[in-house]
Amino acid sequence: MSTPKEPLGPTPAQDPLEPVEPQSAADDEIGTTATGQPARTPGFGETYLREVLSSSWLLTLLAIVLAVLLGGVLIIATDPAVQEAAGYLFARPSSFFTAAWEAASQAYLALFQGAIYDSQAATFTRAIRPITETLTIATPLILAGLSVGLAFRAGLFNIGGQGQVILGAVLATWIGFGLDLPPVVHLVLALIGGAVGGAFWAAIAGVLKARTGAHEVIVTIMLNNVAAYLVLWVVTTQIFAGGTSGTSKPVGENARLPALLPEPFRLHLGFVLALVLAAVVWWLMERSTLGFKLRAVGSNARAARTAGISVGAMTVLAMAIAGGLAGLAGASQVLGTEGYLTASVAGTIGFDAITVALLGRSKPLGTVLAGLLFGALAAGGRLMQTRTGTPLDLVLVLQSFIVLFIAAPPLVRTIWRLPKPGARREKPSPTSTTPVTAGADA
Amino acid sequence: MSATATVTGTTAPTRAVVPSEIRRTGYLLIGIAALAALLAVLVPSGDSRIRISTSADALQIPIFAVPGKVTAIVLTLVVVGLAAYGFRLTQRGTRVPVWVVATAGALAFVVLLLLLSAGKDQVVPITGLLAGTLLLGTPLVFGALSGVVCERVGIVNIAIEGQLLAGAFAAAVVASMAGNAYVGLIAAPVAGLAVGALLAFFSIRYQVNQIIVGVVLNVLVVGITSFLFSTVLSDNPNLNSRLGLPVLPIPLLSEIPVVGPVLFRQNLLVYLMFAIVIALQILIFRSRWGLRLRSVGEHPKAADTVGIDVNRTRWRNTLLGGAIAGLGGAFFTVASGLAFGKDMTAGNGFIALAAMILGRWSPKGAVVAALMFGLSKQLGQFIQQLQAPIPPQFLLMLPYVVTILAVAGFAGRVRAPAAEGVPYEK
Repeated sequence: MSTPKEPLGPTPAQDPLEPVEPQSAADDEIGTTATGQPARTPGFGETYLREVLSSSWLLTLLAIVLAVLLGGVLIIATDPAVQEAAGYLFARPSSFFTAAWEAASQAYLALFQGAIYDSQAATFTRAIRPITETLTIATPLILAGLSVGLAFRAGLFNIGGQGQVILGAVLATWIGFGLDLPPVVHLVLALIGGAVGGAFWAAIAGVLKARTGAHEVIVTIMLNNVAAYLVLWVVTTQIFAGGTSGTSKPVGENARLPALLPEPFRLHLGFVLALVLAAVVWWLMERSTLGFKLRAVGSNARAARTAGISVGAMTVLAMAIAGGLAGLAGASQVLGTEGYLTASVAGTIGFDAITVALLGRSKPLGTVLAGLLFGALAAGGRLMQTRTGTPLDLVLVLQSFIVLFIAAPPLVRTIWRLPKPGARREKPSPTSTTPVTAGADA
Repeated sequence: MSATATVTGTTAPTRAVVPSEIRRTGYLLIGIAALAALLAVLVPSGDSRIRISTSADALQIPIFAVPGKVTAIVLTLVVVGLAAYGFRLTQRGTRVPVWVVATAGALAFVVLLLLLSAGKDQVVPITGLLAGTLLLGTPLVFGALSGVVCERVGIVNIAIEGQLLAGAFAAAVVASMAGNAYVGLIAAPVAGLAVGALLAFFSIRYQVNQIIVGVVLNVLVVGITSFLFSTVLSDNPNLNSRLGLPVLPIPLLSEIPVVGPVLFRQNLLVYLMFAIVIALQILIFRSRWGLRLRSVGEHPKAADTVGIDVNRTRWRNTLLGGAIAGLGGAFFTVASGLAFGKDMTAGNGFIALAAMILGRWSPKGAVVAALMFGLSKQLGQFIQQLQAPIPPQFLLMLPYVVTILAVAGFAGRVRAPAAEGVPYEK
């Protein structure tokens, strides 16, 4: 009774990002699916097929295909050439379909060229530039996605990535131009500063949640807005303001993340840092005692408390670590990609990170892959916009459709007519949220 | 409750729990009083020029000046008095009436205004500031009411932002097609309802985590409306023209000084807002529909047992909530006389969500909280014109900081509907 009731939503009884499945087939491990106590022993081929069809990898792929198809509908519906052809649809249906195919395929081709390899480019450097851009854009998305995912697994919704990215960027920039240190030391210190900035900002929400029960969703959303105004002010201050208005002084050379490739490419060491941190987060969550405690609190806070884990301390710690990761995303932007601070340093990284973490099922490997996908979409979207005039906003539509479909596997299965996992079962086993319902029933 | 609280001994079992929440209110009051006193000390000498009448009033009250320092000190004394009264109540374990906190907060705001306007030529247009407050608060009120309806029935509605944006888009486009701003008021709730339907579809039918659905739907609506804005609307500018709802002054009532222009010289959308607030406040707590709504949100199993179809009730009311927020979205376009712009709701939906929580899931409270946000936004804009010594960004931060403090301070006292966010299965 000592903990106040949360004002918004119950504590998720299980990893909130795990899609609700009639049984626990959502896990990546193929094989858990078929252990659904079949009445008869199926042949190997049948089992294997069933495993493939109900695996989350296939579902992810099909969800992406669905999103691409829906995005295609949007492109076709708004394309002027198609609209013209639709005027004489019944007289000459073929020209309508040709126009529709042209519009959608050209847009997606440009998207691919802008994301992976530009076959239309004049030079080799330009042709391979897209893939490096994808990795560059993916870097902060992976870092912030790891942040959101880690918090999710500790039962917290970290909607505050945006604010944490900003605070991390501000502090990293300040250390970056304010101090004069030898090469490696300066960079490390600036990165630590970024992590501390984000961790501090997130810990506010963690402490308030632990001490007063204030829901972290509301607090982090508010902190996002506070941070947005804070950075608007910071870039105008005497200490920060650089030559051009709206930008800070440039970060010192010693504090910059070194580039991985020569001049025209923007890819920097931050990408490697993101991959390393993904591995570290994996180790932390899967192999360390702390990770076990965090996950325990995330899956059942009451049981964790009974087991002697301090839920409050874990809440603060989870938010602080998550904030640190998001802060590093901000640091990687200013120390690597940009080199200086602007008020729009965070872009939409903090919000994209939520969808990245959801797509990656809040696991580190998944988050890296999801970050790469979203980085590719963002990079490709730019070329798509310049080459075919299809607005960049299509990427947002694709992202949200992908995540919506991934979150609802039964819907994807219905659309693609896939068999239900464990279809032979009489009744679906309780969903992940049932324990909470049971509590309400008592 | 209060009987046990007045017992001075340590034997009362509730004593350890209840006063901690009440004590926080006491500290809040002391904080407000201290802030007011600090501001009052800083008020420079000189007069503040105050205007009450608007140019459209029949009865004109001339601009008058008040001595800034003296007025600020008098008001601060009132705030200190209120804080002392409230603090004494908390010491006795009694809850502080809301009006005490609200009045103290409002007076502290006035002291801030005096601090910024004393000795300056600029006039403080009291009526204009209040009208602006209501205007800026309008979408927040609609959004917060949408949240109240959805969360009372057990569905977390983070998609308010998306519903507002969809409403704004539909209102602009349909009104432009019809050439009539009022048609936009019909299209807006339909668009909001569509977003509500997606929310219900994924969270009820497929039991996806409702916060996730809400967050993703917000992105989806931004994506689709921005995409259409960049393609269809930029190709056909006549589909996105500026149409404004005319102001409809209510005879006689609109001539009352201060109150008249603020409340009764508005457009139809604002009057609709009044009607919806009153209707929801009565219906949620006094009607059969409201009882069912609340029972489904609090204890779906019990509701099911007495024959209420839980999921159907949730579906209907999520659609209703979406429609309310969608109607609020019309504020951004047709009610403001603006064309649609990308992502023009700019986070208002999230503030509305906070307003709903501050308002403790009641329409009445949500309105008060939404107007408080409107007021601080309005003051932020006004103070920017005054060229105050404080950076305007800090004033614009104020509502968010206040929300954090309030959510942290009230957290022990507010209680969400018990079954909120929990999918129901028989």
